[in-house]
Amino acid sequence: MVKKVRSHISQNEQLLFEMSSPGKKGYQLPDLDVPVVDPAAALGGQAVRKEIEGFPEVSEVEVIRHFTRLSTWNYAIDLGMYPLGSCTMKYNPRVNEQVARTEGLAWAHPYQPESLAQGMMEVIAALEGALAEITGMDAVTLQPAAGAHGEMTGILLIRAALEKQGNPRKKVLCPDSAHGTNPATAQMVGYDVVNIKSNDLGMVDVAELVKAVDGDTAALMVTNPNTVGVFEEHIVQVAEVLHSKGAMIYMDGANMNALVGVARPGDFGVDVMHLNLHKTFSTPHGGGGPGAGAVAMKAHLEPFAPTPRLKFENGLYGWDYNRPDTIGRVRAFYGNFGVLVRALAYIMAHGGPGLRNATMDAILNANYIRKGLEAFFDLPYQSPCMHEVVFSDDRQTKKGVKTGDIAKRLIDYGFHPYTVSFPLIVHGALMIEPTETESKAEIDLFIDAMQSIAREIDEDPQMVLKAPYTTRTSRVDETTAARKPIVRWKPSPAAS
Amino acid sequence: MYPETFRYTKEHEWVLVEGDTGTVGITDHAQKELGDIVYVDLPKLGVTLAKGATFGSVESVKAVSDIYAPISGEVLETNSLLAAAPEKLNEDPHGAAWLVKIKLSDPSEIEQLMTVAEYQTYIGA
Amino acid sequence: MLGAIGVSHIDELIAHIPAEARLNRPLDIPAGKSEFDIVDYFRERGDRGANGYPTFLGAGVYRHFRPVVADVIVQRSEFLTSYTPYQAEIAQGTLTQIFEFQTMVCQLTGMEVANASMYDGSTAVPEAAMMAVRITGRNKTLVARTVHPEYREVLDTYTKHQGMPVAELGYDAETGRLDMADLAAKIDSDTACVIIQSPNFFGTVEELDALAELVHSKGALLVYVFTEAVSLGLLQPPLQADIVVGELQSFCISPAYGGPFAGIIATKEKFIRQIPGRLVGETKDTEGRRAFCLTLSTREQHIRREKATSNICTNQALIALMGTVYLSLFGKEGLRELAVQNLSKAHYLGSHFEPRFSGAYFNEFVARVGDPEALNAKLLDEKIIGGLPLGKYYPELADSMLLCATEMTKKPEMDKLLAVAGRSK
Repeated sequence: MVKKVRSHISQNEQLLFEMSSPGKKGYQLPDLDVPVVDPAAALGGQAVRKEIEGFPEVSEVEVIRHFTRLSTWNYAIDLGMYPLGSCTMKYNPRVNEQVARTEGLAWAHPYQPESLAQGMMEVIAALEGALAEITGMDAVTLQPAAGAHGEMTGILLIRAALEKQGNPRKKVLCPDSAHGTNPATAQMVGYDVVNIKSNDLGMVDVAELVKAVDGDTAALMVTNPNTVGVFEEHIVQVAEVLHSKGAMIYMDGANMNALVGVARPGDFGVDVMHLNLHKTFSTPHGGGGPGAGAVAMKAHLEPFAPTPRLKFENGLYGWDYNRPDTIGRVRAFYGNFGVLVRALAYIMAHGGPGLRNATMDAILNANYIRKGLEAFFDLPYQSPCMHEVVFSDDRQTKKGVKTGDIAKRLIDYGFHPYTVSFPLIVHGALMIEPTETESKAEIDLFIDAMQSIAREIDEDPQMVLKAPYTTRTSRVDETTAARKPIVRWKPSPAAS
Repeated sequence: MYPETFRYTKEHEWVLVEGDTGTVGITDHAQKELGDIVYVDLPKLGVTLAKGATFGSVESVKAVSDIYAPISGEVLETNSLLAAAPEKLNEDPHGAAWLVKIKLSDPSEIEQLMTVAEYQTYIGA
Repeated sequence: MLGAIGVSHIDELIAHIPAEARLNRPLDIPAGKSEFDIVDYFRERGDRGANGYPTFLGAGVYRHFRPVVADVIVQRSEFLTSYTPYQAEIAQGTLTQIFEFQTMVCQLTGMEVANASMYDGSTAVPEAAMMAVRITGRNKTLVARTVHPEYREVLDTYTKHQGMPVAELGYDAETGRLDMADLAAKIDSDTACVIIQSPNFFGTVEELDALAELVHSKGALLVYVFTEAVSLGLLQPPLQADIVVGELQSFCISPAYGGPFAGIIATKEKFIRQIPGRLVGETKDTEGRRAFCLTLSTREQHIRREKATSNICTNQALIALMGTVYLSLFGKEGLRELAVQNLSKAHYLGSHFEPRFSGAYFNEFVARVGDPEALNAKLLDEKIIGGLPLGKYYPELADSMLLCATEMTKKPEMDKLLAVAGRSK
């Protein structure tokens, strides 16, 4: 019996612009305590705009209702399981939100005197230290704003170090299972991308790698565990192959939730890596950001780290701008500090033993799902899985149902879909990552739902193809959106 | 389905040679694989294409496919219909939705391309 | 669960990790702390900051009042704890709001399309330059020295290895605006874009007409950068620009020691396929109802990989939401009134100094004070944070500081600063 079927609230709600009426407002400014300045006089009449055409005019209650209603159209971690592979949608502890709003931290100006910024710098130093310990690296920079931004920083570090040796080299190798950001990043840093085929265990093919690595190779960008959820068992050997040719190994840390407390990239040969603090370290995704992309590196890359670097001298923290070999800045100021606060709070709440327990629970949950579903869906790689498991829709395709359809049907069972059609090396991938957040009870409901869908496909594939049925909107026409893009609201000609 | 007069490539382009002009498009097989086509990126007029080089791309909602020049030559004309109506490529890939017309620089290249029989065998049709 | 999987101990699940790659000791991180300990830890560090200090710092990060409602909305679970809205049917809340955000950015900037947001203002600048290179097929970028110095550093880092030479344009020592003669001398047929900021780093408002005419006559694009978004409530939208990028921090985002913020990028419709990052578009569901979804994603890295417009993946959805709520509270009239208050406060303060530059300014200006560090030290004794000394960024302005006043700057605070600076009238 299927135990979890939910419907979503369905309301009609106009856009802000459509509910606007002249003169409404939702604010009250304080009285001006200095003489009012005439904009035309101060700026010149030509420079001053008449009005912001089409801008909304609504009351405070209307604002609250509008956005609260919109919010009910979203799925969220706080509503249920979010098994998106490679995205690590874990619980976002609320204490993190509270401490990020601590007045002295939230209102700190990045240019306030260093004597009044010691508290912020201590937070940064504490997080750098914890992340260095977790990754087995020697140094950490917290400046990058997101994962892909961290990747760019990491490849820039490698490029700078190789340039310093006299030759930046020409190419970066990416396994065909890599996230799309990897090749896009290598390109932005001026490298040609060479794709490396995975072997039939879903791992980097060492023989292929040996053939590909030469004196022009700057680095391999590898995700470990990789995007099929498999630990690269030959990673030490892979690192040796690269290092023997003077190349380096970059690790995409998107899947670090499988390793914290269990294995450290610094110990298995990685030179530099990024961490997505919004994945492994529980800072909220917020519908697409903000994130933070800490970069951890070995000592030989530290001289090239982005400027400024945090330093500690004579009992005081400070920012060091005198870094002759630096790659420069990748972002203004010091990084997404508010996100860093949340990540440190998460680490403090868990502590060393707790972090390892979380990792083991995440691995346990993924393996339990694998066991529960392997009789129903094809498992393209038999290798042991870590924190996520990847199935293919091969069996269901024969009935005309693809991974995207199964995902839509899963919504009717009250779950967010898994990651659809990624990695590209698996045909019709279903990539499932439960994280440590989920209890056995919730995971059993999920397995139950997936099994039920598999049976539905056998019995009535057409029904699955039309899902979801319980959402505010039925399937959304993405083709028309792309053919005739409408990316902003405009008043309808009739109304004006 | 597949015109006898066309020659075909392994990348699923077709070319129809008339005099020293070649009309190039993608095959019905290609449009089916891509699904609903939402955008077609074509080269500028006067650009010289080398056989086998990419000269544009065709996009569906979640995929992009490069288009390779089946033959060498200069771009004489591009199909302006496709900018406003990319869906034509799904509806009539062998006719109204041709992509470019090329002034052939080496007409003998055509002999290296597949005939309709060879192409149909290649795609298992 | 272990039984179902067929193992007897949980560690068997990681037995396949080679021994040399495994960590065989506990992490050297103290055991887990209570919620009380955690809150206390951060409170203590916050207390050693500048709580209660009046401040005159701006320079890319501005103190503006944050209406309570905006912070309430962003803490809604359904916004805070949701993922990127790839599954449109259960993400209409986020998608609808981003569509509203994109519309508001267009209304404010006068552009025709805007994306779902960038990391911040500084990283949006190189993205605009890369976009201009793709559009024009040229490779050179000219950037005004009056663009935020840290933004220019980020531009250098990004462009260094992409075959995109960057040269700087001076400013007019009298007005503080772009030096038009320098622009005329440096722009050529290889110039992809000219990047200017307005109000610029000195707070001075640039005059766009002649500038845009010169840039366009050479076939280059004009990129308009802003760091103080509130200025858009009062200033003409930069219709002369081809790409507008900027920082939204002023719209309800806490200064937070420099982040997280949100950037914007907006442009003309004809360049829509060259815009980086996520875009939300309007469409219909199978029943014909209005719906929204992410669109034109073939530009992005997860599909086009090494040929993508950028490697950018994350946007700043939650921050953009905060901005959207803020703007809907203030609305058409409120944003203008807010801007007028900023203008009035800064001009009250400015009227007591001889501004270093004659160009019109919005809510910050350059004041010649002799020894800025010494003045700031005196102010700090009075528990006031002064302006930003400019010598570090512009050696020729070592005698000057950048002072900012917003609607949160109270007159008694300004009077106290003026008294310490010996500027009381």
